Amino acid sequence: MHVTMTVNGTEVTRNVEPRLLLVHFLRETLGLTGTHWGCDTSNCGTCVVLVDGEPVKSCTALAAMTAGHEVRTVEGMADGGTLDPVQQGFMEAHGLQCGFCTPGMMLTARALLDREPDPDEATIREAISGQICRCTGYATIVRSIQWAAAHPAAAPSEQEVTA
Amino acid sequence: MQVPAPFEYARATSVRDVLELLERHGPESHVIAGGHSLLPMMKLRLARPEWLIDINDVVELRHIAEDGDVLRVGALARHADLLASEVVGRLFPLVHDAEKVIADPVVRNRGTIGGSLGQADPAEDLTTVCDVLRAQVVIAGPSGERVVDMADFHRGPYETACEQNELITEVRFPIRARSGSAYEKVERRVGDWAVGAAGAALQMADDGTIADAAIGLTALGLEGLATDAAAVLVGQRPSEGLVAEAGRLAAEASSPVEDQRGPVDYKRHLADELTRRVLRRALDRAGATAVQGG
Repeated sequence: MHVTMTVNGTEVTRNVEPRLLLVHFLRETLGLTGTHWGCDTSNCGTCVVLVDGEPVKSCTALAAMTAGHEVRTVEGMADGGTLDPVQQGFMEAHGLQCGFCTPGMMLTARALLDREPDPDEATIREAISGQICRCTGYATIVRSIQWAAAHPAAAPSEQEVTA
Repeated sequence: MQVPAPFEYARATSVRDVLELLERHGPESHVIAGGHSLLPMMKLRLARPEWLIDINDVVELRHIAEDGDVLRVGALARHADLLASEVVGRLFPLVHDAEKVIADPVVRNRGTIGGSLGQADPAEDLTTVCDVLRAQVVIAGPSGERVVDMADFHRGPYETACEQNELITEVRFPIRARSGSAYEKVERRVGDWAVGAAGAALQMADDGTIADAAIGLTALGLEGLATDAAAVLVGQRPSEGLVAEAGRLAAEASSPVEDQRGPVDYKRHLADELTRRVLRRALDRAGATAVQGG
């Protein structure tokens, strides 16, 4: 069947099997491997992408069900060469160790800050509670999101600041 | 990689459309909404529908509306919709108690009330919630619509009154004055199924006695309501002794099984303790005179 959806602002149409999961559509069909594929059981949350602005576990959605909707993946976070404040925050506050949970964490954080620009720590922890960091780096993930909340305009990179 | 068996996909845009598709494709067709129960089962090949009928575009089923003495909730209302609804929290605080601990926030963006009730997992929270609120479920089928009491809707684990060619369209919650409700769950970690949970809904009489009570348990081996536990409350003034007696009777009515989430005596203890906690909170929310102790 043909599915058409908007991925990171670009409309794409592909011929796929109805049983193709969204995570594999993004990774295999479109080659957008920034979205990670983890537990396959909607527990770990590394496969989270935004569908119409809402975080969704893409291992538990069909590409067919997502047709007609807008998908945003980690590849669509930066604006050209400028990182999203959430990405910048993960750099500034060391929000990743192995990096496996990072795409899902960042997109969930983006959706949270779009809805609630100045969340308290409990709200941040609740928002990411459906996601697992096996490095257990939650403290720095929370700090990264707090950094992004405190710097809502896309921050210049460190090099630009010091240049 | 977990991949569902092959199937055909159809997208419905109205209730009539869904019913026609179910009729056309027969017993091997299955409705999908949030998909967070069905897709995992399909990946494990525990479910192998030949046709999936996607109802996510049936927007007529996503309402949450106060209508006289009833709150109507469309079957496609997401967990996140219920949690975000001011009217739901005001009229039925136990729905918010439960929704806060159903799965996790991301899953709650997709899962629906109709899907939860239809799946009828024995550790699923909204069945208990709807039981104690004496909700009714509206089911649409080829010969029209029928309204079923929760007691008749939920037939046991994974079994409901909704037939294969029918669709759950709405859940109706009776709005009652001077009422209070609460739900509490013990889970091992965020998003896990309940080790055990209890829900209670109460209505107070003008003289400060309890006019009506309903108590339910989740994942603790009780189908339907804990009627004996509720009966000791009715006509009485709230007291800690009364709450304790109801807790004891709820535990007696439970019949938990040992599994990786805990042994029987622990789960029975939970039935007692959680019943007491939800009763105290429901009484408080109903504006009852403060219960002493505990």
